This record gives sequence, structure tokens and C-alpha cells, in this order.
Amino acid sequence: MEKLIEIKGVRHAYPTGQGPLPVLDGLELSVEEGGFAAVVGPSGCGKSTLTKLVAGLMKPDTGEVWLHGSRVTSPRSTVGMAFQNPVLLEWRSILKNVMLPLEIVPTKLTRSQQEDRARYLLSLVGLEGFEDKRPSELSGGMRQRASLCRALVHQPEVLILDEPFGALDAFTREDLWQTMHLVKEKEPFTGVLITHDLREAIFLANQVIVLSGRPARTQYVLPVPNTGPRDLEHLYTSEASEMLAILRHQIEVAQGRAPAEETSAAE
Amino acid sequence: MAYVPEPLPDTNRVPRGGGLLRMLTSRAVLAPIGAVILFLVFWEFIVWANSWPDYVMASPSDLPAAYSQYWNLFLIMGWQTLWRTVVGLVLAVVVGVLIGMAMGFSRTTRDALYPLLVGFNAIPKATLVPIVALLFVGAHDFNTVLIAFMISFFPIAVSVSIGLSTLEPEYRDILRSLGASQTTIFWKIALPKTLPEFFGALKVAVTLAFIGTNLMEIVSPHGRGLGALFDSGKTNSDYPLMFAVLIALAVLGILLYYVVVALEKIFAGWAERTPTQ
Repeated sequence: MEKLIEIKGVRHAYPTGQGPLPVLDGLELSVEEGGFAAVVGPSGCGKSTLTKLVAGLMKPDTGEVWLHGSRVTSPRSTVGMAFQNPVLLEWRSILKNVMLPLEIVPTKLTRSQQEDRARYLLSLVGLEGFEDKRPSELSGGMRQRASLCRALVHQPEVLILDEPFGALDAFTREDLWQTMHLVKEKEPFTGVLITHDLREAIFLANQVIVLSGRPARTQYVLPVPNTGPRDLEHLYTSEASEMLAILRHQIEVAQGRAPAEETSAAE
Repeated sequence: MAYVPEPLPDTNRVPRGGGLLRMLTSRAVLAPIGAVILFLVFWEFIVWANSWPDYVMASPSDLPAAYSQYWNLFLIMGWQTLWRTVVGLVLAVVVGVLIGMAMGFSRTTRDALYPLLVGFNAIPKATLVPIVALLFVGAHDFNTVLIAFMISFFPIAVSVSIGLSTLEPEYRDILRSLGASQTTIFWKIALPKTLPEFFGALKVAVTLAFIGTNLMEIVSPHGRGLGALFDSGKTNSDYPLMFAVLIALAVLGILLYYVVVALEKIFAGWAERTPTQ
């Protein structure tokens, strides 16, 4: 299958007062069209830098980032982003927030078609009837749903999610996992999900990439079988437990708390 | 597995335009009027209790006489003070926003300009009055506007610069990842997001601008504005007139303040949260 996102041998360092601070060194990642990759790793290992590279907001010092067969050197409108902080514009209604990307990205849709599309997405995530509310009138989970709609409204090829559910309580988070499955079914996208939650990773993604501690390299890639919409019971099967055990071990290796074994490069 | 959104708490906003009578009897109108009445009663009482003559301290009951005697002067001088203050304020907004933008967007500009601005602001503006008066001899209106501007642009510049420089990077990234230009980011996000801080500063600037106008009017011998009326009260030992001028200035200040509040409601009303129980 065609690789939609490809990251090859990326190294990147931030300049600091004490010289360059390498955050990424030997990052490899590839996601096929329609795939959904979850990226996990120790705190501060450069996961957010990874999203900026894919979005074209930053250029790597060395290495290449490819999107749909062309090299990424600057931002492109075929990307949608959502962060842990929903960053909705408080002075706009929810509907107008969702329509924001269409004011920037060239679109063939007429004004009323744009509005219809925004309304459709909002109803898809369960926000029907909240179109005219202000963000401050919505709960955290609902704001995150709106932020998701905004990331999808211009039909991006790639959806980048940087810990989008990190600040939500456990129940709301699980609700949103279900919503993600529903959205992916109706509005297909190729996704990269940065997360700290291993259960979230195996529930949503079809591959889990474990990054090592800083500077981050791709330490381990776990393919996840049987993806697609399903209920939470799936997380309590023996298959899921095995995957979680492997990932937990890999995280410990990445944190330097467990010795790396010969299986560390399983790819 | 359809998601059913949780019902929102009932956020019935205060009904807008619910009849003139209701508006006039609302807490927002009655509370400040009550406070003003209490203040006047307290003032009258203090003067009466100490049996101060009006050349020590005029009492509120002395004021109506002063107003009825000089009402035409109050209207003319009051208008002169008001328009010059407003022009100075508009100038302060334009220049303050421009300086604030320069400092908000560029760290270098911010580092470079802060000491200059703080230093300039630390200079008492009363000392600038004779300098300005000598610099532009006879240009009384211009000089007054200039002092009003100089005293009031600082809070605006600082607040705009803080509002712009504290914009969360994610806001920028959302638009930048779509290929938006810096100008688009400014108009769509940075500017509206800074409006609440801007209006906060404008409320401070309004009162400062009045101080600036009156500094010039009192010191400079051109006989214009409420400041000049105050000065003539002083030379004629008409103490009730002096106090009447001060109260008139306070009223003008309050008036302009509420104009700013109204503008804030229109342009940054979204920042106001309805209190939840």
C-alpha cells in the first residue's frame, strides 16, 4: 500500500544557551494511506516536535519528511491539527470556529455548503444543537469534539492529534475514543496520534510507534491487528493485555528503567 | 454507540433591553447612584461637623450656586476639555497600539523599547508642560492634545504588547499549518484575542488623558477648558467654583469611561463570563 506519511532518518536539535539540544535522532515512521499511527514515548522525548515536522511548521536539521509523495518543506493545507488545548476562538460561535480553516484554505464550497459541512461534522461528533454556543459554554470534552471538527472541516489528508484527550477525565476520554472510530469511518483520514495512554494507542491506532528517550529514535513498532470500530470490551481481551505488556516494557526500556533486549529492534 | 451530549447548565443570560423601566431600576444603575448619594451626604456631613468655611472646603450644597452662576462657562469649557481629551485619547490608541504591536511581535523591539518607554513614563508630565508650551508657542489646542496623548498611551502600548506576546503558540500553529500569512493570523486571532486587555488599558487611559488635558489647561495661560476655569476660581478666591470644576471633571471622566465600557461590550463582550452558581 502507498505510504502517505514517511519520515526518514530525521535528526533535529533546538538551539539553547548551552549549545544545541538534540531532540530527535534517527526517527523513522511510515503510515500507509488510511492508516493511523500512535506515537508513544517518555515525556519530553520530542513527540510534539514530530507533529510540527509533519505539519511543515519546522524543517528537520537532517533527514526527510514526505507527505503523499512530495517532500514537506513548508505548511500545507492538506493537514489538520488538534492539540491537548482545544484552542477554540472564544469570540466565535462553535459553528464559526469549525469553519475557520475554510476561510484560509482555498475551497470550492459556497458559503452555505461550508456551513452545511461544519454542521454535518458537528452532528457527527454529537454536538448538534450547540452550533451557536460560545466555546466558554461547553465542557472540556465538547470543546475537544469541536476542535476535532475544525481539524477535519477542510478534508485534510493527514490528521495530526497531539495528545488531544490528555486533559480529559477517563470517562470522557473513552467516549471520545468511540467518537474517533465513528469519525474515521465516515470521514476517512490518515492519522498520527501522539499520546501517553497505551490503551488509547492500541484502541485507536493500527500501529504503535515507541520512541526512545531524548534524543528520540524509533525504538519499536507494534502492529495492531483487528482495528476499526469496536467497544471498550476489546481492551480487556488477552490479545490487548499482551500488546499492553509489550508496550509497557518498551516504555520502560525507553525510560532507561529496563535493559534493552535483543528484541528491541523488532521491525 | 451514538454520543448523547450532556445537557448544559441553564445559562440564561441577563435579558437585554428588557424595558427602560427595568433597566433604570436594575442593580447596575441603582447601585452606583446610591453610592454617589452616600458619598455626597458623607462629604456634606464632614464639612458641617467640622464647621469648615467654604474657603477651606466647599460642601456639595455650595455647588448648585456655582453651576447656575457659570453654567454657560461650564458648557463651553467642558466641551473644550472633552474634545481635546478625546482627540488625545484617540492619538494614544493609534500610537499605543502600533508600539504595542511592534513590541508584541518582536522580542528585539520589546527589549529595545521597554527601558525607553518606562523612562518616559516615569517623567512627571507636569514638567513637560512648559517644555511643550515653549516648543509649540501658541498652539494651545495642539499642546493640550499632545500632553493628554503622552500621559495615556503607555498603558495601551504595554497591554497590547503583553496580549500579543502571550498568545498561546497553538493558536498560531493552527492557522500557520493551514498556510495562513502573519497578517491573517493577526486579524483573525491576535487582534481579537488582545481586545479584553486593550479595553482594560483604555479604561485607565481615559482618566489619565483627563489629567493630561487639565495639566496643560491649568498651567498654560490661554483661558480655555475646565482647567482654566479652575484657575480663575483660584485667582478670584471662588472656592465653590473650584470644587464645582473638579466635580464637572469627574462627571466627564465617568461619562467617557462608560463610553469605553459600551465599546467593550460591543467588541469584547465575549470575554465576559456569565456567573455560574
